[in-house]
Amino acid sequence: MSIKIENLSHVYGEGTAFEKRALDNVSLELPDGQFLGIIGHTGSGKSTLIQHLNGILKGTSGAIFFNGENIYQEGYDMRRLRGEVGVVFQYPEHQLFEIDVFTDVCFGPKNQGLSKEETEERAREALNQVGLSEKYYKKSPFELSGGQKRRAAIAGILAMHPSVLILDEPTAGLDPKGRDEILDQIAELHRIRGITVVLVSHSMEDVARYVDRIIVMNKGKVRFDGPPREVFQHYKELESIGLAAPQVTYIVKDLEKRGWNLDTTATTVEEARDAILKGLKA
Amino acid sequence: MIRDITIGQYYPAESPVHRLDPRVKLGATVIYIVSLFLFESFAAYAVAALFLAAVIKLSKVPFKFMVRGLKSIMILMMITVLFNLFLTPGNTVLQIWRLQITDEGIFKAIFMAIRLTLLILGSTVMTLTTTPNNLTDGLEKALRPLKKLHVPVFEISMIMSIALRFIPILLDETDKIMKAQTARGADFEHGNLIQRAKNMVPLLVPLFISAFRRANDLALAMESRCYRGGEGRTKMKPLIYKKADYAGYAIAFGYLAVLILVGNLIKV
Amino acid sequence: MGIIKAIKLAYEYKKYDDEGKVESTIRAVDGVDLDVKKGDFVAILGHNGSGKSTLAKHLNALLVPTDGTLYVDGKDTRQEENLWDVRKAAGMVFQNPDNQIIGSIVEEDVGFGPENMGVPTEQIWERVEESLRCVGMWEYRNASPNKLSGGQKQRVAIAGVVAMHPKCIVLDEPTAMLDPSGRREVIRTVRALNQVEEVTVILITHYMEEVVYADKVFVMDQGKVVMQGTPREVFSQVETLKKYRLDVPQATLLAYELKKAGLDLPDGILSREELVDELCQLKSKI
Repeated sequence: MSIKIENLSHVYGEGTAFEKRALDNVSLELPDGQFLGIIGHTGSGKSTLIQHLNGILKGTSGAIFFNGENIYQEGYDMRRLRGEVGVVFQYPEHQLFEIDVFTDVCFGPKNQGLSKEETEERAREALNQVGLSEKYYKKSPFELSGGQKRRAAIAGILAMHPSVLILDEPTAGLDPKGRDEILDQIAELHRIRGITVVLVSHSMEDVARYVDRIIVMNKGKVRFDGPPREVFQHYKELESIGLAAPQVTYIVKDLEKRGWNLDTTATTVEEARDAILKGLKA
Repeated sequence: MIRDITIGQYYPAESPVHRLDPRVKLGATVIYIVSLFLFESFAAYAVAALFLAAVIKLSKVPFKFMVRGLKSIMILMMITVLFNLFLTPGNTVLQIWRLQITDEGIFKAIFMAIRLTLLILGSTVMTLTTTPNNLTDGLEKALRPLKKLHVPVFEISMIMSIALRFIPILLDETDKIMKAQTARGADFEHGNLIQRAKNMVPLLVPLFISAFRRANDLALAMESRCYRGGEGRTKMKPLIYKKADYAGYAIAFGYLAVLILVGNLIKV
Repeated sequence: MGIIKAIKLAYEYKKYDDEGKVESTIRAVDGVDLDVKKGDFVAILGHNGSGKSTLAKHLNALLVPTDGTLYVDGKDTRQEENLWDVRKAAGMVFQNPDNQIIGSIVEEDVGFGPENMGVPTEQIWERVEESLRCVGMWEYRNASPNKLSGGQKQRVAIAGVVAMHPKCIVLDEPTAMLDPSGRREVIRTVRALNQVEEVTVILITHYMEEVVYADKVFVMDQGKVVMQGTPREVFSQVETLKKYRLDVPQATLLAYELKKAGLDLPDGILSREELVDELCQLKSKI
């Protein structure tokens, strides 16, 4: 289920004194099954971009093709698109509203018009995938801990069986363990279900650890696009737009400056460890 | 659309209107609103419109910004205009099916539209040029005599100023929750009235919960900053009338006098 | 006695079921001893639900201990008559920047605390200017808080507390809802307050990078203080921290991994510079 974005622009408040170009002629292609990371500082357009992918925002100009079909064409079924492209917004636990966790997760599939059995089957499967066992089903969403609420909300999207899963800052406000748990579960989903995952994040360390490809947004434009190893080589440019490379990348770069001969493309702790061990002997 | 609502928004600028005592602005706004209902003539409305235009010019708030506030009440205005247009008895000018438009109705509708526009713009000038805190300070002081009747004037004004501050935040939140539920297939736009009302549940429940959470947080924050009601409290910006404020009152009354004069002399 | 002294501080609350019967008693803070000296920068670490925020609320007398004692600036927080002195002595900054700003323009918000304390008008203005300058938000004094970034809002919240001239500032996860640049802004401001103005700072967080500069770190789990020491002492125990659902800065983790692979590195390396220096020394020996 590939997504193709062509010359997409989005202007807020066009023609008023508050005009703001949030997306500026963005063209991108998201092939099937990719694990993609989008980084950029607040206001860079990354949140605006993902809200276009399921048609919640409509571009001021340009087009988006989902599986070859233009989603802006007359009569395009937006609700079906929203089942295919699942977006988990920032602090998704704020959208929980049902009397218990299970019913809340059923909300999405129910809106898709599925039968009761199928809906419940999907809810069970989704809750299982985010690691919430049966004893939580009948609990009120508001009794859960912060991390559990977050996972219940993610299950609400998973139950719709999207072929593309987009997560906007899924770990904001969680403690380190909670963060790792959620990201590991997402990686696992990507592996098992083979779905496309788009992770919007502020944490370069998280992005480097999980994704195949990074897109760097700045001022509504795509600034860099490539695998983490390549993108983080531009750490100086990244700094100039308020971002940075993972700390370990700086460490290997520093070592190179101090006369070491080592591989400086490391972006994770493991890669850095191996590069340093090798470099020490060189 | 939600972003278009300008009520409770303050437009920071350095202008004589911004500097006026909030009590003057409150008083002048009341005078202005009353003045709009005194006469039904083009001449009187011309005076009112000119006065307002002058004040807006003086306030340095861009006109565009004001008009945005009008957009959000467009529907209300249309309904009022249509009611006046069709339901006023008089000489029939045009008949469509069982609805009739009378010459009286046309005038009434036009006057109503002008009156409402001026009314909204007039009060928008006040809210855009006065910080909510300042405004409620003004109200508090204006209502101070009620304190003798054990009306908690200070607390009421505090509640109002907090409510005003949270309006934009809650609107933003509404927007976010709506988007999140739309992503889960919720539909806020289609269906009959009952269905639509039912569809609001996924929006309203999270919104209330969030409002309660915010209220709770805010109460803690206020307590931790030694808030304990009006007792023993000092003011950062105490309200003291200055020369310009007396001039403000004078201008407001001057306007009223001119309007009455024009309204009585020219009956068009 | 330090500015904050807790002796076996405990806080219990009861959870009720649908019929209003006591379902369980939760001991959110469980026998915590704390002694913070004037001018210290103290960090309290812990995962979500470890009791660190409940503890923080005690320092401002928003909660009072159900067991044990807490002295803030020498005053027992359980005595009703000390309430306002405690709140004046220890100001508090909360997690959500939107939910703690009361004023609709920046300067009015900063003036809110002094107004409540009954500070005369001219002095309020002095305090507002001085505290806004102190957090670098003076240019924004007439702005609406809604138009500011998260980091800027938190700096306004800090100014609001500074204007009350507290001896100690307690920050309860002030950066949890911010992006990295907002986080840096806030931590820089807090460090400057501590170093330049010599205000005692108690920072509650679960971001490890933020506690590197602390004089002392306490780690909480299940309402108890389970680790304490300098950042170096605490960060040298990577496995123990992981057990408490925490982690360490990437430089520390990398050093730990290298050590596991057989390199002779010291424990508790905190920064990238330190690790690079140590590695270069190692290499020169080979």
